[in-house]
Amino acid sequence: MVEELGKTTEGDLIINVGPQHPATHGVLHLVITLNGETIKNVEPHLGYIHRSIEKMSESLTYRQFIYVTSRMDYLSAHINNHACAMCVEKGLQIEVPERAQVIRVIMDELTRIASHELWWGAMAMDLGALTPFFYAFRERETINEIMEETCGARLTMNYMVPGGVLQDLHPDFQRKVKEFIQLYKRKIHEYDELVTGNIIFQNRMKGVGYLSPEDAVSYGCSGPVTRGSGVSSDIRKHYPYEIYDKLEFDEILETGCDSFARYLVRIREMEQSVRIIEQLIDNIPEGDYQAKTKAVLKLPKGEFYQRVETARGELGVYIVSEGGTTPYRIKYRSPGFSNLSVLNKIATGSKLGDLVAMMGTLDLVIPDIDR
Amino acid sequence: MWSLSQIAGSIHEWLSTTFNPTIALVLEMVIAGVAIIGLFAVLGLVLVIMERKVAAWIQIRLGPNRVGPKGLLQSAADTVKLLVKEGMTPDGADKFLFNLAPFIAMIVAMLLMAPIAFAKDFQFWDLNIGILYVSSISSIMVISILMAGWSSNNKYSLMGAMRSGAQIVSYELSAGLAILTIVVLTGSLQVSEIVQSQANGWWLFKGHIPAIIAFVIFMIAVTAETNRAPFDLAEAESELTAGFHTEYSGMKFALFFLSEYVNVFIVCAIGATLFLGGWMPFHIGNWEAFNHVMDYIPSSIWFFGKTFFLIFLIMWFRWTFPRLRIDQLLNLEWKYLLPISMVNLLLMTALAILGWYF
Amino acid sequence: MQNEELKTIITELLPAAAFEEGGEWLNVQVEAADLLAFAGQLRNRPDLNFDYLFCLTCVDWKTHLTMVYHLRSTQYKHHLVLKVKLNRDQPDVETLSAIWRTAEFLEREVYEMFGVNFLNHPDLRLLILPDGWEGKNPMRKDFEDPINMIKL
Repeated sequence: MVEELGKTTEGDLIINVGPQHPATHGVLHLVITLNGETIKNVEPHLGYIHRSIEKMSESLTYRQFIYVTSRMDYLSAHINNHACAMCVEKGLQIEVPERAQVIRVIMDELTRIASHELWWGAMAMDLGALTPFFYAFRERETINEIMEETCGARLTMNYMVPGGVLQDLHPDFQRKVKEFIQLYKRKIHEYDELVTGNIIFQNRMKGVGYLSPEDAVSYGCSGPVTRGSGVSSDIRKHYPYEIYDKLEFDEILETGCDSFARYLVRIREMEQSVRIIEQLIDNIPEGDYQAKTKAVLKLPKGEFYQRVETARGELGVYIVSEGGTTPYRIKYRSPGFSNLSVLNKIATGSKLGDLVAMMGTLDLVIPDIDR
Repeated sequence: MWSLSQIAGSIHEWLSTTFNPTIALVLEMVIAGVAIIGLFAVLGLVLVIMERKVAAWIQIRLGPNRVGPKGLLQSAADTVKLLVKEGMTPDGADKFLFNLAPFIAMIVAMLLMAPIAFAKDFQFWDLNIGILYVSSISSIMVISILMAGWSSNNKYSLMGAMRSGAQIVSYELSAGLAILTIVVLTGSLQVSEIVQSQANGWWLFKGHIPAIIAFVIFMIAVTAETNRAPFDLAEAESELTAGFHTEYSGMKFALFFLSEYVNVFIVCAIGATLFLGGWMPFHIGNWEAFNHVMDYIPSSIWFFGKTFFLIFLIMWFRWTFPRLRIDQLLNLEWKYLLPISMVNLLLMTALAILGWYF
Repeated sequence: MQNEELKTIITELLPAAAFEEGGEWLNVQVEAADLLAFAGQLRNRPDLNFDYLFCLTCVDWKTHLTMVYHLRSTQYKHHLVLKVKLNRDQPDVETLSAIWRTAEFLEREVYEMFGVNFLNHPDLRLLILPDGWEGKNPMRKDFEDPINMIKL
């Protein structure tokens, strides 16, 4: 706090947004310098939910550490686990059965939809519209139930193991997913009617939080944040993993560079995820859901890096192995951390009310930033 | 036929025959005071449960459904909870102003009830400048909000109060001009006369398009004046946690809460009186039979029906729209609503002079 | 661009660079003194154009620290892993935040977790750890904290 006080001129107001604040959706702490309603500086203070997952993983075996990562980005827990499992598989050169790959991709995309649904509701709530939250949860609840049936958990699924998935799909899985797709297609127009087409909403979003393509790349942003600035960055397209290269889906690009562009990217990404699920749900191949692996996994000496596209962007898992049963060093490149770093850049000069909108469109999940 | 004015009349008769005139007057005043306080509390309870039920209905959920039948006693239970809660005063707060602010908010809301005609011949105070009285007293509301925001010694509260000050002062103009368009037509500021002038049809229908424009502007302006979404910048919970009442708890918070709802009721009652004929039943020209049937519905039901319809509209706004930003809010008022309502007032004056209304 | 081509260009740019075999991408080991100039060339040379620093971290090898920079070009889609060995007792290295803005935040994290001192960093302060943590670097291998137990 003291340093920030030194930077201000007379008449500036310094407010602490967070760590307990309705708009930060967690324990993000922003120290904001205001001149009237205009933001002069945003200074994130992190660490309120830092659990040292990287350090913890150093003393967990390759089977165990995967499950800690569910708690990083708890909204796309499945995709986090997926990245870790794939990184271990890369080190051990395990061939994952095709059935497991398809299951993993379906689960990933369901998770992505659920995450974007929550984001949509929470972002509308940031802008003062409380109703969309409940509409978002109506669909999200269906996904959570599907997850619960197959994985046994609703949020932190822990369904991935090195070599495949933990158990086979629930017999009802296909029917339920198809029902969900039906429901989604019936209800998606409500999202546009309630929020996207709303004139107040569009005025709040358009031209707000301008992030140029150059800055998006330089600040290390990823996911919908870069794609809203027109930078193609979808890991699933550029560096395909599992069976993504065999699937038909579009990478959504918007060139608005503002909050509204980022909003549209996420809304349209949900449709693409549904498209992917539709291609796969009737074509889940028969076979093993898990490759045969040793009971104790030992990665060979070396470095392994695996990245996936989570709902928030590029998640990288960097494992340095010394040949033991536990990683020597593990680093999670979390998308939220880099996306947060751009906040000061895009928020300076705008109004306090818009900061909330920008944080909404950056889709910050605090445990993902803090790890 | 049963009516509020008959009850009031019989009480008055009984008092004036039993006591001497002075005591009767004092007793009547006491009864009126108790009635206003009672109405204030009942309105608060009813509107809170109504808001929650409307919100639940819009948000595809059930809403309160545990306390009492269909959860109707929920707000009574909430009131008890708020009453027994500790009313905290922050350390750095200006204690006098901090404790005074909610009471000013409440007193303003109560004062505003005086000139409202709840039913035929049933009004606390039919003063000859009733509408002017309402618009001037309602401006005092902003003082209580500023007072609360300033004395809390909290940056969020201060910002909420400043926003609210800018907002209410601006939107008062549009609301005032919208009211004036009807005053131009009736030629009177007295509430009873305004209602009486709508005996053959409501101003919303008689006043052509200018009246409709004035009605729309009035509804927007009063939504802003009562600090309700999409104009709830003063308490924008996602930006300012709770705005000007961040530091309030217990009964002091409840008073702000109650006065907000009572204010909503009052502005809707004024809207109903000006544009929808107050307690006047719905009449169509020479349709004697139809008009006769309409007259059978008690006037108090007409009044409350119209008022609650407008309240429902305002609640509908709240649960549908996102919030405006402060500069957009002021732009809307100064660049759009104010010029439109000025031109509209001129148009209405011309109509009134030429007699081109029904 | 393939790893072999990258290798030739990099050898031209910096003859002192040492390559590490194995691993998915080309690993280049450079001296801390060469880092800033070399990284600038990687970023600005049009045929390399490493514009995306997607991972910046540090590994504590008990004898020394190694800074690891994962770079990629959004244009050519080639990758490079840059490694810098640092003295464990006095880990000084130039900041790359002027070249890749994302390094500013990532370096602050490495600064508090590993105690690496980034020279000329615009804002080298604690980001995640609470005030008063300077000097203790939780991600180093010899860090022990009996109260806030991290190891499982």
